[in-house]
Amino acid sequence: MAVTYGLDPAPDLTAFLKRRPGAEPTLELLVKGARCAACLGKIERETAALPGVASARLNLTSGKLVVGFRSLAAADPGLVVANLERLGYPATPYDPGQAAEAMDREGRRLILCLAVAAFGAMNTMMFSVPLWAGLFGQELGPATRVVMQWWCALVATPCVLFAGQPFFESAWRSLKARRANMDVPISIGVLLTLAISFSETLLHGRDTYFDAAVSLLFLLLIGRWLDHQLRLRARSAASDLLALQAATAAVVGSDGAEHRKPIAEVAVGDVIIVRPGERIPVDALVQSGSSEIDNALLTGESAPVALRPGQVCRAGALNLSGLLRLQALARSEDSAVAAIARLVEAGAQSKSKYVRLADRAAAIYVPVVHTAALLTFAGGWLVGLGPREALLRAVAVLIITCPCALGLAVPAVQISASARLFRRGVLVKSGAALERLAEVDHVVFDKTGVLTEGRPRLIDTRAQAIALAAPLARASSHPLARALAAAAGPGPRAEQIVEHAGLGVEGLIDGRRARLGRAEFVGAENRGGRETEFWFGVDGEPPVRFRFSDQLRPDAAATVAALRARGLTVEILSGDVPLSVAMAAEDVEVASWRAALTPADKADAVAALQAAGRRVLMVGDGLNDAAALARAHAAMAPGTALDASQNAADLVFSGEGLWAVVDAIDTARQARRLALQNFGFAALYNLIAAPAAMLGLVNPFLAALAMSGSSLIVTLNALRLRGRA
Amino acid sequence: MNIFMMLAPMSVFLGLLGVGAFWWTLRHGQYEDPAGDAARILIDDPEDRPLQD
Repeated sequence: MAVTYGLDPAPDLTAFLKRRPGAEPTLELLVKGARCAACLGKIERETAALPGVASARLNLTSGKLVVGFRSLAAADPGLVVANLERLGYPATPYDPGQAAEAMDREGRRLILCLAVAAFGAMNTMMFSVPLWAGLFGQELGPATRVVMQWWCALVATPCVLFAGQPFFESAWRSLKARRANMDVPISIGVLLTLAISFSETLLHGRDTYFDAAVSLLFLLLIGRWLDHQLRLRARSAASDLLALQAATAAVVGSDGAEHRKPIAEVAVGDVIIVRPGERIPVDALVQSGSSEIDNALLTGESAPVALRPGQVCRAGALNLSGLLRLQALARSEDSAVAAIARLVEAGAQSKSKYVRLADRAAAIYVPVVHTAALLTFAGGWLVGLGPREALLRAVAVLIITCPCALGLAVPAVQISASARLFRRGVLVKSGAALERLAEVDHVVFDKTGVLTEGRPRLIDTRAQAIALAAPLARASSHPLARALAAAAGPGPRAEQIVEHAGLGVEGLIDGRRARLGRAEFVGAENRGGRETEFWFGVDGEPPVRFRFSDQLRPDAAATVAALRARGLTVEILSGDVPLSVAMAAEDVEVASWRAALTPADKADAVAALQAAGRRVLMVGDGLNDAAALARAHAAMAPGTALDASQNAADLVFSGEGLWAVVDAIDTARQARRLALQNFGFAALYNLIAAPAAMLGLVNPFLAALAMSGSSLIVTLNALRLRGRA
Repeated sequence: MNIFMMLAPMSVFLGLLGVGAFWWTLRHGQYEDPAGDAARILIDDPEDRPLQD
């Protein structure tokens, strides 16, 4: 059966319209390539001029375009997208989801707390300066001092109570769970400082620490906000990647016409049309049409598999050559993908038990500091200082050792590390990911799509033959034909194109009938062998053979060697047949490899390694890797991976090279070193400051100075990572 | 000293005014699209010509 179809069917995107009761429908699109005022003006003007469109507003920072339609009936999202593509800006529907909105709210709240703390710190400082001057023998009568102290209290108290909420809430949650995180000593320190300063003010004492309480919160909120920004940027970049794969399926309705539906809405029994180059949306039975499918992302097999009516195909496979008419056998959640998703969930649970560096530091730090404060109080009282003076010294110890430097030490380092990796095309999903990556001692690679490029590449270099076949190849959407067209470069197209499902493409080149496709289609004999092949024939001439193979990434061998030089062991776990895995392993000089593994095998292999005490970094792209990615200590996925794998991975790298893995490990190790250095600074500072506070040598001015000084040092130390980009 | 009793609340009030203004800008999404706001000022709206006498 010969099927003809347009190469670019206008997509029906009405499924992505946002309908709110009482409001006109809107569409959110992610627009690529808009950079300047001219782009912005052009996109908004041209979109708003389309029929049915009421408004268009582009956010140049995030690349999101919000299109408002006049009414549901007049809304034609496909037209908007097609028009944007005509202007040169590819666009895809975008759905931020609820998690994103919660994240934005959290960010707004943090920044408001930060603003309030900044206001409080500055204004309390204004009243504190005269108090400090009084400490150094300047004239300050007791009456003036009390007035100043009350002003400090008036400004600082509401600010502390407001800006401290993120810490208080987190401390309360962790106490309820019978754990102590960093926020517990922070909250205790801040509230105790506030209380003691009040009582000192009432008793007309000399030392009050209102300014310390509020500026402490200010510094800590900076660290908290940096951490939030890191997660926010990673999340929005990750969801951009996912949005680009925003998946729809062409479902044939009862009227016989095709409608685009989001994959989640495809029901069992629906008839689906899958064109060459599209992925099979759900597990389905082939009704008609024959084709070859690529299971590489599903099982790791690199060779295409033939598909005929009556056979079952799995969700996630890529349709290569023919138009398929399928009947859905399962919903998206119940498809083969779902079993893998359960494995991923199990793996992710084991990962969430990881205790972060800062929390591990807090576990040591908290008991030590609180014991020191308690000893100061008890000791001071015993040597005859009186309870009030002893308590004041204990509070001074708490303030001066308050973990401001610790709170900044890790986020500051991690944000500069991830900024550096971001510039090199590696996306870090969380700070914890960097910490885990730094501990890795064993690297497991998937083969197809990770060590190799995951797509066929022409290995013949006969320029004449390529030029001959190119016009036909350019007109076809078959991946092998595309690879051929890519090798030939731009040029003329053949005419009267007819694609024969599962066989190849036929057309007229300079008036002569030509065919490009499988051996039997062109009239040649299939010679077999390890490479995928494609034939080209013109009327009256012997057919020409083109060979394709999945090439290794150019820097795969160098990457493996570099990893080994860093003391890591390397292994390949693949779902592909042993022969091709062995050949790839030989090329990159990896001795230990396993082939023909199922997704569960891979996850088990990784789990076994971890149980043996190894810290495993899994680098994989396929659905068959997702469970292993989730189970591994750290995981990386290329930007070409399926969304399930990208979700399971901690880091996502883009670009052609594999060197990003080495880069990421280096940066993570450096970040860890700097973070530990920062902890070292903080410990050193505490070793000097805490005894001084115990002996009563610290006054509020010195406390303020020491606190900001130590924070400044750790921040500057963290920025060193940024400089060495 | 009396002038202080006037200046101190005034300075705190001015500070509060700043925080309030910041809160207002935050609420009205003025930090949502810094790149776009910088670019928009360069776009010439053909309808937006100065009045001619």
